[in-house]
Amino acid sequence: MMQVSTSIAEIYQWLEEVKDPEIPVLSLVDLGVITEVEIDGPKVKIELTPTFAGCPAMEVMKNEITDKLKSKGVAEVEVEISFRVPWSSEFISEKGKKALKQYGFAPPPSNKLFTDLEILGTAICPRCDGTNTMMKSPFGPTLCRSIYYCNDCKEAFEQFKPL
Amino acid sequence: MIFWQRITLFHLQIDWITMEKIALKELLYKMADDQLILGHRNSEWTGFGPLLEEDIAFSSMAQDKIGHSLALYTLLHELGEQDPDTVAFTRNANQFHNSVFTELPNQEYDFSLIRHFLYDTAEAIRFEMLSTSSYEPLAQVARKFRGELRYHTLHAKTWITQLGTATDESKSRLQKSLDEAMPFALGLFEKSPHETELIGQGIFAGEEELKKRWLLKIEETLSKTELILPDWKILQPVEGGRTGNHSEHLQPLLDEMSEVFRLEPGAEW
Repeated sequence: MMQVSTSIAEIYQWLEEVKDPEIPVLSLVDLGVITEVEIDGPKVKIELTPTFAGCPAMEVMKNEITDKLKSKGVAEVEVEISFRVPWSSEFISEKGKKALKQYGFAPPPSNKLFTDLEILGTAICPRCDGTNTMMKSPFGPTLCRSIYYCNDCKEAFEQFKPL
Repeated sequence: MIFWQRITLFHLQIDWITMEKIALKELLYKMADDQLILGHRNSEWTGFGPLLEEDIAFSSMAQDKIGHSLALYTLLHELGEQDPDTVAFTRNANQFHNSVFTELPNQEYDFSLIRHFLYDTAEAIRFEMLSTSSYEPLAQVARKFRGELRYHTLHAKTWITQLGTATDESKSRLQKSLDEAMPFALGLFEKSPHETELIGQGIFAGEEELKKRWLLKIEETLSKTELILPDWKILQPVEGGRTGNHSEHLQPLLDEMSEVFRLEPGAEW
């Protein structure tokens, strides 16, 4: 049996090139949805977990991972969607949070800071870094984003939901 | 002698496993169907919400609930049932196990909001309870849903508190809807014929326990409003949904939901 001649670290590097289809500046690795990478003989197995169970981008992510790894010469790719490790916004890397901010989204606050969502009334505006803001709706254009308004910038913005 | 004892033990074991599987499937079906049917009802608000934010909220909650139904149908598929699309789109009303409450038409916004509050509070507690289920695949999805549902209960609580203390019209509309919804909401806790096994095996702590916790939560939110919880002890719960006895509203919903699927079953999208 032919062995895949690569390392787990290298696979993670390749996966850095696969972006969240809804937020194209954020890689799947930085988003924290890759919960396991395993090399099994000629096969590479990837465990992928959804941010939200109803995320419609899962199939796209699955296909893009497969295409990327095949383009790097991996003969066989198996992507399994799993709830084994439930995704949390804590999984977003520091690099990922920076990318979100540059893209115009407020990164999620640490979910350890609150026990009740009622205190999510304000968020840090990604434009002015101010907190003179208010939540307009806990639901936004995608399942993982909420809508806020900055009273200083007089502009709406989105926050990646803490989960 | 020993040989025959072994055979008997073996059969007992098989019986037990089969019983447990039946109980588990029944639990999964009723939850998956509840999520799918109410998810579909929520989606009927898309484009019709009284405020843009509410339009988005009900649409997002629809997407979450349909996502939950997919995860639960996937667990059923792993237990030998047909694939999620077939299960969701090809059964008739009498093969569905959702509660009658979830299939009722949306009516006006006040009724939808009251149903959202009553149902989602129960749903959040149900998955909280299931997050420690002895059936690990179910515990995993329950832990996942739990975080998402906090946004649903936050949404419900915010609006019930606000509109339940606002104008005479908002209060009387909500009260009327609450009175109408309560017997149906109580039907959510219709007991399974396998209740004892589910509790005994640590799969689910049971409908009675869920109802107890639900009443406490509902009372807690309503106490911050001028709305009055109907005396549930004298109400007759509307049951039957869990065994396929539905209202006249379910079949038309299913016909509409599966319209595209039935055009060409098995089509690749």
